[in-house]
Amino acid sequence: MSTRPIPGQPFVQRRSMRFLAPLLLLPLSACNWVVMNPAGDVAVQQRDLILISTGLMLLIILPVMALTVLFAWRYRHSAKNPDYDPDWDHSTSLELIIWSAPLLIIICLGAVTWTSTHLLDPYRPVERIDAGRKVAPGVKPLEVQVVAMDWKWLFIYPELGIATVNELAAPLDRPISFKLTSSTVMNSFYVPALAGQIYAMPGMQTVLHAVVNKPGNYEGFSANYSGAGFSHMRFRFHALDEGGFDRWVAGVKSGGGALDRPAYLALEKPSEKDPVRRFSTVDASLFDSVVNLCARPGQRCMSELMHIDAMGGAGKESAHDTRGLRHDGPNGHDPLERGALQKEPEEKGASPHLMKDGDRPPPGKTPTGHQHDNRDMTMDMPARPAAPHHPDAPAPAHAHTS
Amino acid sequence: MSDSYTLAKIIFGRLTWESFPIHEPILIGTFIMVLIGGIGVVGAITKYRLWGYLWTEWFTTVDHKRIGIMYMILGLIMFLRGFADAIMMRLQQAMAFNGSEGYLNAHHYDQIFTAHGVIMIFFVAMPMVTGLMNYIVPLQIGARDVSFPFLNNFSFWMTTAGAVTVMMSLFVGEFARTGWLAYPPLSGIAYSPDVGVDYYIWALQIAGVGTLLSGVNLIATIVKMRAPGMSMMKMPIFTWTSLCTNVLIVAAFPVLTAVLALLSLDRYAGTAFFTNDFGGNAMMYVNLIWIWGHPEVYILILPAFGIFSEVTSTFSGKRLFGYTSMVYATVVITILSYIVWLHHFFTMGSGASVNSFFGITTMVISIPTGAKIFNWLFTMYRGRIRFELPMMWTVAFMLTFVVGGMTGVLLAVPPADFVLHNSLFLIAHFHNVIIGGVLFGLFAGINYWWPKAFGFKLDTVWGKRSFWLWVVGFWFAFMPLYILGLMGVTRRMRVFDDPSLQIWFMIAAFGAFMIAAGIACMLMQFYVSIRDREKLRDTTGDPWDGRTLEWATSSPPPDYNFAFTPVIHDGDAWADMKKRGYQRPVEGFRPIHMPSNTGTGIILAGLSVAFSVGMIWYMWWLAAISFVGILAVAIGHTFNYKRDFHIPVEDVVRTEGERTKLLATQG
Repeated sequence: MSTRPIPGQPFVQRRSMRFLAPLLLLPLSACNWVVMNPAGDVAVQQRDLILISTGLMLLIILPVMALTVLFAWRYRHSAKNPDYDPDWDHSTSLELIIWSAPLLIIICLGAVTWTSTHLLDPYRPVERIDAGRKVAPGVKPLEVQVVAMDWKWLFIYPELGIATVNELAAPLDRPISFKLTSSTVMNSFYVPALAGQIYAMPGMQTVLHAVVNKPGNYEGFSANYSGAGFSHMRFRFHALDEGGFDRWVAGVKSGGGALDRPAYLALEKPSEKDPVRRFSTVDASLFDSVVNLCARPGQRCMSELMHIDAMGGAGKESAHDTRGLRHDGPNGHDPLERGALQKEPEEKGASPHLMKDGDRPPPGKTPTGHQHDNRDMTMDMPARPAAPHHPDAPAPAHAHTS
Repeated sequence: MSDSYTLAKIIFGRLTWESFPIHEPILIGTFIMVLIGGIGVVGAITKYRLWGYLWTEWFTTVDHKRIGIMYMILGLIMFLRGFADAIMMRLQQAMAFNGSEGYLNAHHYDQIFTAHGVIMIFFVAMPMVTGLMNYIVPLQIGARDVSFPFLNNFSFWMTTAGAVTVMMSLFVGEFARTGWLAYPPLSGIAYSPDVGVDYYIWALQIAGVGTLLSGVNLIATIVKMRAPGMSMMKMPIFTWTSLCTNVLIVAAFPVLTAVLALLSLDRYAGTAFFTNDFGGNAMMYVNLIWIWGHPEVYILILPAFGIFSEVTSTFSGKRLFGYTSMVYATVVITILSYIVWLHHFFTMGSGASVNSFFGITTMVISIPTGAKIFNWLFTMYRGRIRFELPMMWTVAFMLTFVVGGMTGVLLAVPPADFVLHNSLFLIAHFHNVIIGGVLFGLFAGINYWWPKAFGFKLDTVWGKRSFWLWVVGFWFAFMPLYILGLMGVTRRMRVFDDPSLQIWFMIAAFGAFMIAAGIACMLMQFYVSIRDREKLRDTTGDPWDGRTLEWATSSPPPDYNFAFTPVIHDGDAWADMKKRGYQRPVEGFRPIHMPSNTGTGIILAGLSVAFSVGMIWYMWWLAAISFVGILAVAIGHTFNYKRDFHIPVEDVVRTEGERTKLLATQG
């Protein structure tokens, strides 16, 4: 929401806007309507599409609204209009018009939709830097791996070997290729100034291609509710010129800090309002293992299981081998994750109204006393000590009983 | 010590003293007010000895008219709760700037937006729509009741049981903090270990039974119980839209039931349908819930379209323009509503061709919808429009709804959706169609049919005040949200960074308070009308010069609706009868066969509440006992052979004779 339009380049002059009624844009140019005045070419095209579609639909909406008011006024009872005809209820030509007029508009809009959806498909690499420039052949996009976590964003730059939390930077006019996943629940990665959003979901990988054209410091956030810390799940996106970006990278590299598995697992714990963090080195296989839900030692990767299944499966006896297949929860084999029906009475715990999110009591312990003090867990959420890892911990007993 | 601890766990499951929100001043205040109000109501009922009357005349009734009224009352009560949630959200978002956390913490705020959505859709819009269909459809087709009168009573009480379950979560435990569709993995046991999602699941499952059965009931009624001569293409348009709505209900609600059952298996039995564990797939849930969820919005809007059609035709003093194309438009919408669900998650990474397909099918729905709007326009054309309250709501709807429709089609363009999905633009869009469409339709319907149900019109002074406050308040409340959406503001945010946004939230809050005043005026309208009912009395049974059969009988209609089943020759049956000089029969009456009241519905619903409490709090004994109880009562009811009686001919003669006298005084 803090876009910075470049002075001397009012966006009304952009070529892509040439066929749009300037009237529509007048109220927009004065405000910080970032969706209407973005900094990246993909978002610009999406903005244009909003305006084109709106224009197309107004072709029919405005006459309908005008006719409503006109008819309501003209045929009001007190006007005693002489052409009152209580039995007039059909006119083939009128019917033809009222079905075909919307149809024609939808045909136009449908055509626009089909082409634009394919051209602006987030999976499709960008082919142009902006309306006037194509991407030069051989230019490799900047690759960024994104992990949505409770409740912060991790960005890994695999080519540069660095990673950041809650801070994203990219050079101007160079295509960016995001690969996204989530550590726990669904989030949506959205930088309105850059391009449309795409969901980041656990165990899955989504893709977004974009390019940024105007330097600035833009806002990014999660656009899908993901729990208590959702409101603060924000980051800044820095669009920097070539030199600026290199300096930023050098700064991260010289800052130290390593994002290896233990550091990742500590980072993964729920936390809010995290400050920007930078890592000068990063485990190259980290993102892959996050997508495959096996970042934690002892977990088996989804890709491996899918491979086994693709090869015909591992046979009946594998049905009982559930080692490393639990991912939800802090330890991956927390007994609380068992279904309620399978729990012992003392395992069920309480459901105090004042329960703090993400900080479940251990089984059998009813939280007591001062819980309400922590009712608003957004105020302060102490970092939990990193849970000890049990790489070879046996699978929960119940899994074998079936 | 540990033995008694375990015993307490077995008896109370996970219910402890800490489950009660005794540290929440807002909830305690609410609770005290509810308590005082409740004691007042119960005290008054006891004082005036109304319990017996309520039980025999209302709670156990199988009369579709009384059940319809009870549905409307349920919807109204829940509307006040849902609106209280809305006002709280608007206040929070208007306050939480510049480092302020507002007055609601995440725990509370996240429950509020979830409860608001769930309550407004399931326990406000659905009961009100069902209530109107229940009341009006049998009258419009000249039937004496619905096909399955007991089932109707049972459906109502199951819906009420769901509402009771939701309301319970306010004071015992908590409600879900997941958003109104409870996407997993967030709604799974790992990320929502407390009772909130369980309240959500069981409230919807119980209410869903009621909705589904009421859908079956109304389909059977419309298909099988029409008056002689009323072919499908002579059915009133509201009956047509009701038929399509109930077809949608019967086809869509089982999907909701199934997907919630799978989610509860994940939560209770440790399965892995939607978890991250064991290769579960949350996308499956999202698909399934929207395969129900999209038809659901047409379940709500179609009857509203029917109401607008009836109202426009009546108050323009004309036949409905393009009846046939209206029917086809309704049917086309019904079918298309099943093949658009993916537009709710274009942004989850489907391919371009899939997204285009669902985008275009969505746009195609706007064609029949547009045709409908034109049909209303040309019904007004060459008419003589009386701007009574129902017609005012209709014109307000036409001007409001087209904007919502336009933004809806815009959201159906996938690349546009990528920037607008989950934003406040989306929120503004669906409130624009649900308030501007469904709610305005319900208000038009209430003002239109109130005289039929109670025998007197609603006060117009307070009605107009309410109308203007509602309409203007709506624009103030939701236009800022469109703008905020274009500023890239997303939904369900509790606090904001950018202070320049605050003004828009304050305008929206102002609009919400105007709507609050509109609701107050509406309640005042009901009160004043009931107080002045003698002055507003309608003795004709046909105060608006109506066109369909419900206006042919007295207001309120007798228990049996029609002493003789009318024979139909025209779509506008009553207008046709009036034109041809219909003479109301005054002799030759016969005893009338009617269904008997039964308390089974309310008992089953009560047991269902007990069952859901048992399941939510892990009191397995309670769940088991009440489940067995449900089966026993249901089976026991099949042995109840005293299901019908005849209204003696003397009663019919007396009732009809009184009406003859009343009509004679009209001259």
